[in-house]
Amino acid sequence: MEEFSNLMQGFSVALTYQNLLFMLVGILLGVLIGVLPGLGGANGVAILLPLTFTMSPTSAIIMLSCIYWGALFGGAITSILFNIPGEPWSVATTFDGHPMAKAGRAGEALTAAFTSSFVGALIAVIMITFLAPLVAKFSLKFGPPEFFAVQLLTFCSFVGLGKGHPAKTIAAMMLGFALASVGLDTVTGTLRMTFGTGELLRGFNFLIAVIGLFGIGEILLTMEEGLAFKGVHARINPSVVWQTWKQLPKYWMTALRGTLIGCWMGITPGGATPASFMSYGIAKRFSKNGEKFGTGEIEGVIAPETAAHAAGTSALLPMLTLGIPGSPTAAVLLGGLLIWGLQPGPLLFVEQKDFVWGLIASMYLGNIVGLIIVLTTVPWWAAILRVPFSIIAPIIIVICAIGAYTVNNAMLDVVLMLVFGIVGYLFKKLDYPLAPLVLALVLGDMAESSFRQSMLMSRGEVSIFWSNGLVGSICGLAMLMLFWPVVTKLLARLRRGNNDLDDARPVE
Amino acid sequence: MQTNHVSTLFRSLVAATTALGMLAPASVLAWEPTKPVEFVVPAGTGGGADQMSRLIQGVVSKHNLIKQPMVVVNKSGGAGGEGFLYIKDSKGDPHKIIITLSNLFTTPLATGIPFNWKDLTPVAMLALDEFVLWVNADSPHKTAKDYLAAVKAGTDNQFKMAGTGSKQEDQIITVALDKFTGKKFIYVPFKGGGDVAVQLVGGHVDSTVNNPIEAVAHWRAGKLRPLCVFDDKRIPYKEKITETMSWSDIPTCMEAGVKVDYLMLRGIFMPGGASQDQVKFYVDLFKKVRETPEWKDFMEKGAFNQSFMAGKEYADWVQKAEDTHKGLMKDAGFLAQ
Amino acid sequence: MIASVNDNNHSDDGKPHHGVSTRAVEFAVAVFTFILGIVVIVDSRRVGAGWAEDGPQAGYFPYYIGIILCIASVWTIWRALFSAKDVAGVFVSHKKFRLVLSVFIPSMIYVVATYFIGIYVASALFIGAFMYWHGRFAWTRIIPISVIVPVVMFLLFEVWFLVPLPKGPLETLIGY
Repeated sequence: MEEFSNLMQGFSVALTYQNLLFMLVGILLGVLIGVLPGLGGANGVAILLPLTFTMSPTSAIIMLSCIYWGALFGGAITSILFNIPGEPWSVATTFDGHPMAKAGRAGEALTAAFTSSFVGALIAVIMITFLAPLVAKFSLKFGPPEFFAVQLLTFCSFVGLGKGHPAKTIAAMMLGFALASVGLDTVTGTLRMTFGTGELLRGFNFLIAVIGLFGIGEILLTMEEGLAFKGVHARINPSVVWQTWKQLPKYWMTALRGTLIGCWMGITPGGATPASFMSYGIAKRFSKNGEKFGTGEIEGVIAPETAAHAAGTSALLPMLTLGIPGSPTAAVLLGGLLIWGLQPGPLLFVEQKDFVWGLIASMYLGNIVGLIIVLTTVPWWAAILRVPFSIIAPIIIVICAIGAYTVNNAMLDVVLMLVFGIVGYLFKKLDYPLAPLVLALVLGDMAESSFRQSMLMSRGEVSIFWSNGLVGSICGLAMLMLFWPVVTKLLARLRRGNNDLDDARPVE
Repeated sequence: MQTNHVSTLFRSLVAATTALGMLAPASVLAWEPTKPVEFVVPAGTGGGADQMSRLIQGVVSKHNLIKQPMVVVNKSGGAGGEGFLYIKDSKGDPHKIIITLSNLFTTPLATGIPFNWKDLTPVAMLALDEFVLWVNADSPHKTAKDYLAAVKAGTDNQFKMAGTGSKQEDQIITVALDKFTGKKFIYVPFKGGGDVAVQLVGGHVDSTVNNPIEAVAHWRAGKLRPLCVFDDKRIPYKEKITETMSWSDIPTCMEAGVKVDYLMLRGIFMPGGASQDQVKFYVDLFKKVRETPEWKDFMEKGAFNQSFMAGKEYADWVQKAEDTHKGLMKDAGFLAQ
Repeated sequence: MIASVNDNNHSDDGKPHHGVSTRAVEFAVAVFTFILGIVVIVDSRRVGAGWAEDGPQAGYFPYYIGIILCIASVWTIWRALFSAKDVAGVFVSHKKFRLVLSVFIPSMIYVVATYFIGIYVASALFIGAFMYWHGRFAWTRIIPISVIVPVVMFLLFEVWFLVPLPKGPLETLIGY
């Protein structure tokens, strides 16, 4: 096996004491970046850049990609502890992660999140190792109609999940779409809903909306409940890692599904954020405990985390082989490659063997090192919840404000964050579901432009969405997901005909 | 390893002392940044302007060209309008610079946002970016003449052209080709130049007018074929990129009879109201950047036209380019209502 | 302080129906989303909401989004006005509402202050004030925490990661 010997060669390049040290530094910085919503991978590179000029390109990229792993791990921490997604792809992790923390199970949620991240990333790396050329070819099949089909599938697998009143679910979703359409329309170059202000040119950023809706909204709700996180009095148990690990294997199906979704979305490139939503939606549909999702189900943490990390990892593949970064942080890595005179593209794998396989080997090592580091910190993170609310609350608000500001370096965004905070508070209390709003906001813009690009290409013929096998089957799958509740009912009726006894047993 | 480090240290010490020695007499009166310099990119990450600014950031910190750090900030909202308005509002702040592409002209013209390059202080032109007509390597069309003849012989909306953004440089060139062939291309806008190139590799569109740096990797891998360059003379770089071809082997579109030449500005501006001292600092800085091997390498890889201008010459050039764009945008019907 | 049970129908002193009614809030929020819907519709018509020969125009999708948003809002308004069951009870008691405002109003002041004195000084004052009013901490704990957090932030963002945040006169004084 050629790939295997290449990989071994890669390990020999990556496994030096120096490189291990760089990995450690990278991971720690990355976790910090992931935890603080104000810091992005771009800044991580800014400070490390001068340092990396004294290293070989391989060592440098190992360190920089470890920042990326660290950030992926770190994103889950604030989502679980404070309901603030540090990175967009950890939004879905808040749905069950934060309720777990509130119930005093923060350590468990964190362990599950980190472990599933690791599993997702590991499987994705194995895929990169052995299937890279095939996968790169597959991703080239995706044009605008296929992109739209993928976005449709994400949406269909998530929609109809909430328990809220349909009028409110629809209103929340439409609000998300409307916010997504503010700014410059890519397809025609016209400005929409900016009302002549320069500030609205950039549109509504997803991160600002979620920091406000989830983070600030949560603080206002907690305040109402009397100045306390309910998880405060949870026992901090150092052995929580082992105890959680014992119950994880039985969720292997959820993890596998999440990983597959993530790999697929990472290479197409749909991105880690839609991947995490899709995985959460599908897990909820297929899980025995689907009804309990959103109240602190451990499966609701595993599903989005495996998907987000598998996507984040496999997103590096289109970057290396096609020069298209699958995520903003990958874009920064791309910048790094260029400075060392490495041109990403199909030939990188041929001309820079040492570099590419060193990087792939470092993906294995970086993830293992990362997992060990973050797991050892679990009890400490959980301990933060013991700090009195009247100290932690203002600090969270400060961190949220900095996070909102740094997205576009604009004070208006901080004001918007507060407005979204009120909206989050009111919506939560009035049972408007927030998830459809957030999903519409993140997908709306992308889905609309790929739809309209497709329309341009087909001269307005909608039939382009079933014009070939690939796009047709994704669209079909989307429809199946949309009507899944109806399908399950039909299946149940069929089964009842066959076996009355089975159905009589009370549902768990 | 040990000796290597020592010698690097020694070399940088020597370099630093020499640099200090050279700077000492000049720096008595000259202005220098006193805090980090914000380098604004009015475009997304991964695009041509972004790559260039990140390279400059790397070069500046590697060779220690400014004492303060340089920070790259992307402000891509509204086709870059966000970045331009930001610099316009920072009047008198010498710690901000912006790199421009053609959206310096096209964005205000197409959207009507209240901005003109005269709100800024021109610093220097770093380079000009070429545009090349690309097709997929599997395409039956081997030359520009072939391809454009096929377009001519076809029907309206038969051929698809992918490009970056709407009512910007790529679409301007496409409209010029429409005029030449008498047939309309379907123009499909994408967010970034990298996406555009991959759509062509995947065979979802028929051609693109990517900048060299955006498509070179795919060309080298034998996935794309350059047909012609939109310039009045060939690209000078003679080094072989593929087995058989170098940049200079690509004919100009003029040779195929298409009278279109279009070059894109990659230049630097400061907020309005900058003093001469401050402008001079940045002009000198970019002169030093241009001397580094990394920059030269980057120029060659991206087949850039290495024109450098500053001062009045630069301002005149920008003025002329603005007039050209006004004409082009008006002809294409892209002006804001 | 121990968390009280979050019960919408009773205020903390046990008396029912003492506060802002759910009906009023439900109505106000739905009217707000309705107005947003109208704004979206009007602006979409401006940029063109039709289906051109090569696909939908810039305003096509937002136009229908606006219409659906309006319909959904009217549905909720209807329920708020005429349904007795769905909107019964108290949305938030006056006492709890005061608690919420006691976080929100300082946060607003904090954001406004950031414009003038920079984010670091504002954060120090905000954290200090919050700890004083809500936690009743002694000054010996308030001062260290409210100073150390912004200083760490400053080092992290300005010095180390080179992220420029809003700064005021104090930072200018020390050369930033």
